[in-house]
Amino acid sequence: MPSPRYWREVPNRFRLEAAKCRACGKVVFPARRICPACRKSDFEPTALSWRGKVVTSTSVVVAPTDFAQQAPYAVAVIETPEGARLMAQVVDCDPATVVPGTDVRLMFRKITQEGHGGILCYGFKGVPAA
Amino acid sequence: MREVAIVAAGMTRFGELWESSLRDLFAEAASEALTSAKADRLDSIYVGNMAAGQFVGQEHLGPLMADHLGMAGVASVRVECACASGGAALRSAFLEVASGASDLVLAAGVEKMTDGADATEVLATAADQELEAYHGITFPGLYAMIARAHAKAHGTTDEDMAWVSVKNHKHGALNPKAQFRREVTVAEVLGSSMVADPLRLLQCSPVSDGAAAVLLCPLDQAKKYTDRPVKIRASVLATSTMALADRKDPSFLDAVKLSADRAYKAADLKPSDVHVVEVHDCFAIAEICCIEALGLVEVGKGRHAAREGLTALGGKIPVNTSGGLKSKGHPVGATGIAQAIEIFEQLRGEAGARQVKNARIGLAQNMGGSGASSVVHILERV
Repeated sequence: MPSPRYWREVPNRFRLEAAKCRACGKVVFPARRICPACRKSDFEPTALSWRGKVVTSTSVVVAPTDFAQQAPYAVAVIETPEGARLMAQVVDCDPATVVPGTDVRLMFRKITQEGHGGILCYGFKGVPAA
Repeated sequence: MREVAIVAAGMTRFGELWESSLRDLFAEAASEALTSAKADRLDSIYVGNMAAGQFVGQEHLGPLMADHLGMAGVASVRVECACASGGAALRSAFLEVASGASDLVLAAGVEKMTDGADATEVLATAADQELEAYHGITFPGLYAMIARAHAKAHGTTDEDMAWVSVKNHKHGALNPKAQFRREVTVAEVLGSSMVADPLRLLQCSPVSDGAAAVLLCPLDQAKKYTDRPVKIRASVLATSTMALADRKDPSFLDAVKLSADRAYKAADLKPSDVHVVEVHDCFAIAEICCIEALGLVEVGKGRHAAREGLTALGGKIPVNTSGGLKSKGHPVGATGIAQAIEIFEQLRGEAGARQVKNARIGLAQNMGGSGASSVVHILERV
């Protein structure tokens, strides 16, 4: 995969940059051009706090090839205090312990790499807050 | 808008059909539909297909399939809407006939999934690549998250979901076209290997090859092709947010509700008017969510339906008499058409051992992604 596809995503994957709609206050992550709540296009940049709560989760046992060595791993929908929701792995714990309501911190981590000697793919993962 | 009828259907068996290629599958189903209507011409073809480019490296399916049907020259396009591609193709065909632009249109669906591609990875392209697949989620994983949200909201258990598989396998055992013509028990389902917690192998639809096709014409021309036409009362598509994270309630499939509400309104019917239903049970939890969103049961009550026999053959509202995606198989692009064919046969009294007595109105619901697309068709015997 060409590197611009990763480079474009650096603001959200490395820095959790989101956008807040000036018209209706909706926080979208990552930033988009049009507000899904009010369809206005006037946003101010906002950063998400590096923490949140699990809304729902799973433990992936049968994984895609690039993730096979990590399986089983927990993936969760996490809501941050700003009201934004994102999907991320939750690691450094037994995947079975990641359930709705679990508090997590978000950390900068390697997500995967493309095949042998491919691009290293970075982003955020959750770890249990306690 | 003109009234539109389905006048013929054709369908391959579903399963691992190693002897048939993508084009073979299409030609078999499409020619069966044409032969049964004694039609020797077409105005237009819609080919529902999710991912032939990834499964077998083939794009540009419109002319390929027209050519292999001996119909090069006819207008023919491929329609893609992930696992709802078949339903979307049917809707496109419906609109073309209803509009008056064409008088005889083939709506088909086809998928060849067992030619060596990694099905888990190909199917994951129906999720949001930047926000979901990037983090290693799979389709079973997305529906597992829906299941866990449903469990939290409504108390749905692994056993409730197992009953959906048991019921659908019981139906599929009666379907000569089904991939898995055998019954399973709750213990077998709960003892099968974990795919994405809480979903186990026997709560997931299989990887399948297959094709299905139906022929559409204006209702007032239907008698040229059959003495038992089935009228399309509603053909509706709705969308929701692409990413599961962006749904306010991940346990509720709002695109399914939206498509159903619009379809009931278009047909001037309510859920209790429907006699037989096919829903998109790509995973056991999906059937539970779909029957809730379709208004067949109250939200939160879907978990009891299969266990209590409400949705079984002989129950109040039989769901997935074909065996559903779980037992019949799920060649993704073909599924939406195959669902319509089950309803078509039920309404014509041709469903054999699976026949729902006196079925006059049926509904087929086809879904793409983690519920980002939903297509609903309501059909009626005339």
